Amino acid sequence: MEDDRGVAIFDPQSSIFVGKLSPRPVFFATFPKVVAMLQYIFKRLLHMIPLLLGVSLLTFLLMAMSPGNYFTSLQQNPQISPDTIARLKAQFHLDRPWYVQYVFWLKNVASGNFGYSMAYKISATSLIVARLWNTFLLSFFALLIAWGIAIPFGIWAAVKKDSWVDHACSFVAFVGLSVPDVLLSLLALWFAAASGWFPVGGAESPLHDFMSPSQQFWDRAHHLILPAVVLAASDLAGIMRRMRSCLLDTLRAEYVTAARARGLGEGWVVWKHALRNAINPLLTIFGYSLAALLSGAFIVENIMAWPGLGRLTMEAFFAKDSYLVVDCVVMATALLVIGNFIADILLAWSDPRIRLK
Amino acid sequence: METAAPISAAEAKAPLSPWQLFWQRLKRRRIAMAGGVILIFLYAVAIFGGFVAPYRYDRIDNNSFFHPPIWPRVQGFHLVVPRYEPGNGTFAYRLVLNDTKPLHFFVRGGKYELFGFIPTSVHLFGTGDDNYPVFLFGADQFGRDVFSRLLYGSQISLSIGVIGISISFVLGMIIGGISGYFAGLTDTLIMRLCELVMSIPALYLIISLRNTFPPGMSSAQIYAMIIVILSFIGWASMARVIRGMALSLREQQFILAARAAGATPIRVIVRHILPNTFSYVIVAATLSVPYYILGEVVLSFLGVGIQEPSASWGNMLTAAQNTDYLQHYPWLLAPGAAIFVTVLAFNFLGDGLRDAADTKSL
Repeated sequence: MEDDRGVAIFDPQSSIFVGKLSPRPVFFATFPKVVAMLQYIFKRLLHMIPLLLGVSLLTFLLMAMSPGNYFTSLQQNPQISPDTIARLKAQFHLDRPWYVQYVFWLKNVASGNFGYSMAYKISATSLIVARLWNTFLLSFFALLIAWGIAIPFGIWAAVKKDSWVDHACSFVAFVGLSVPDVLLSLLALWFAAASGWFPVGGAESPLHDFMSPSQQFWDRAHHLILPAVVLAASDLAGIMRRMRSCLLDTLRAEYVTAARARGLGEGWVVWKHALRNAINPLLTIFGYSLAALLSGAFIVENIMAWPGLGRLTMEAFFAKDSYLVVDCVVMATALLVIGNFIADILLAWSDPRIRLK
Repeated sequence: METAAPISAAEAKAPLSPWQLFWQRLKRRRIAMAGGVILIFLYAVAIFGGFVAPYRYDRIDNNSFFHPPIWPRVQGFHLVVPRYEPGNGTFAYRLVLNDTKPLHFFVRGGKYELFGFIPTSVHLFGTGDDNYPVFLFGADQFGRDVFSRLLYGSQISLSIGVIGISISFVLGMIIGGISGYFAGLTDTLIMRLCELVMSIPALYLIISLRNTFPPGMSSAQIYAMIIVILSFIGWASMARVIRGMALSLREQQFILAARAAGATPIRVIVRHILPNTFSYVIVAATLSVPYYILGEVVLSFLGVGIQEPSASWGNMLTAAQNTDYLQHYPWLLAPGAAIFVTVLAFNFLGDGLRDAADTKSL
């Protein structure tokens, strides 16, 4: 065999094989792929900008339609003169039509300035950045936990189809799909309070500011565990079921039968042939799973007092700080859109058909 | 295409419509049927909520704050209800021995309107004596019967799911049908709008929509508002899928035939394209109802949906957010269990419907 191959490569007569088997440097082999990927990334980036603009316009329009704003409550306060309110309104362009406000807002956001939170009396940028980071942390670890558990168990259930493992997994998945986030968060709160192993809500203990950096780190981690697990649990079931069904589909495929017929070990067949192809549909649900995750995070944050974007949105909503609500919605959407963008790039990297489209 | 062979084979023996075949396949799935039976039961109980509930949702019993569940027990040939008296400590209750009252069926109690318009005072069960309350699932922090509130709450929570899904799916089907049938610029515009709506995480969109409604609305207005909000969120994903189906259907010959016969675009969409998407729509609707129910639950839970004293599963759970309450009075989680059972039943039924409908694209 090796002789045959060597001849095929170096024999000038059989030029047909030369092109196919010549050991080209890796760089040249991947170069077109990288170019195609960059083109694809650029295209997707261009697609993202109008989307985010549209979302901000939509939420701004909704805000403009909403009755009353932060000043409505200020006006009822006899200690604040109408002049002050008029001046404040002019300062924030609230006396202008909504599309003018939108342009001002857009200009500011483009330069990284989210304005001033009237309810919190601090710059909205610092508020949003801190909350965004918290939501990101929570979602990221929930994602890690969910995928880290769901993928191996999904594979296990598919490989051992109809065994007790499979049945146990599908039972857990069914229950997991049906337990609402609200209930799960409440149970987690109850568990934390009853066992005392975890802090009851919040992101850091009251003494956080007096701790050493390593203590601070563990304090944050300690607070993060329970909300992240709750959030992961609601996401886990769907991914596990999807992983199982994708792998089962590919295990039925003819190329898997062919691989088995060639005498490959079952482990090799699953890992190298079936799983590689089952990953693509999973990457497509990555985007959906992100959307569910952010909505789930909204609930978990509000119940477990995790100071993230969702909680900020509710606080801003109750304080009638409409600008802050818009900022939060746009930032959450940005988080989702960027997550989808990453999922698309991963998919394009693993499936050439996507990037050629 | 795959379903074509069995249908023609069955027609040779006994002519069965596709719906009959569908029903036959569904009947074989025990879990799906169980889900369906549970749902029929839940909705029936919700419809007769006022009759089944021993009390009204807003009846306050000042002697029964956080009362633990009281279950009737069998004594001789009667069901009797035991009596409790205040015990040591706050909200502690002690069983009074040998002091019971028989439980009666079809007993006279508080006034209510059956189906919302028939005034009556007959309840399914009760003692007829306010000193002997029946709190099947205990009482809440205002001494209101959790079981009765659960039933009144189910009227709101369960109906919002079905009404919301009907509106948003009809919207989604029409918009998706138009988008797929006309293609071109219409399609592009509609699909961009769908993308826009879908790219905002659902709960954030719900809150910014909620922001546009004025405070101080009546219960009925809030109920309608929640339906409007949830419908606004749900139509986009439906429209996208229907659009995809319509795009492939419009190339088929029967559509060409309909157009050649002079059918208007609206007629083609409504009579020829949309009926072909029904099996998908029914499955998708069944699997999506839980999201609508949960949407209402979250809104009410966060205090921006159904307001006290009206009962909904969401605002009842708000009390359970207090960990002190939750540790000592776990029956406050009853609405959570109700939500779980409902969602589970919908998932069971939806899964069975999907297998029976054999729509692979789901």
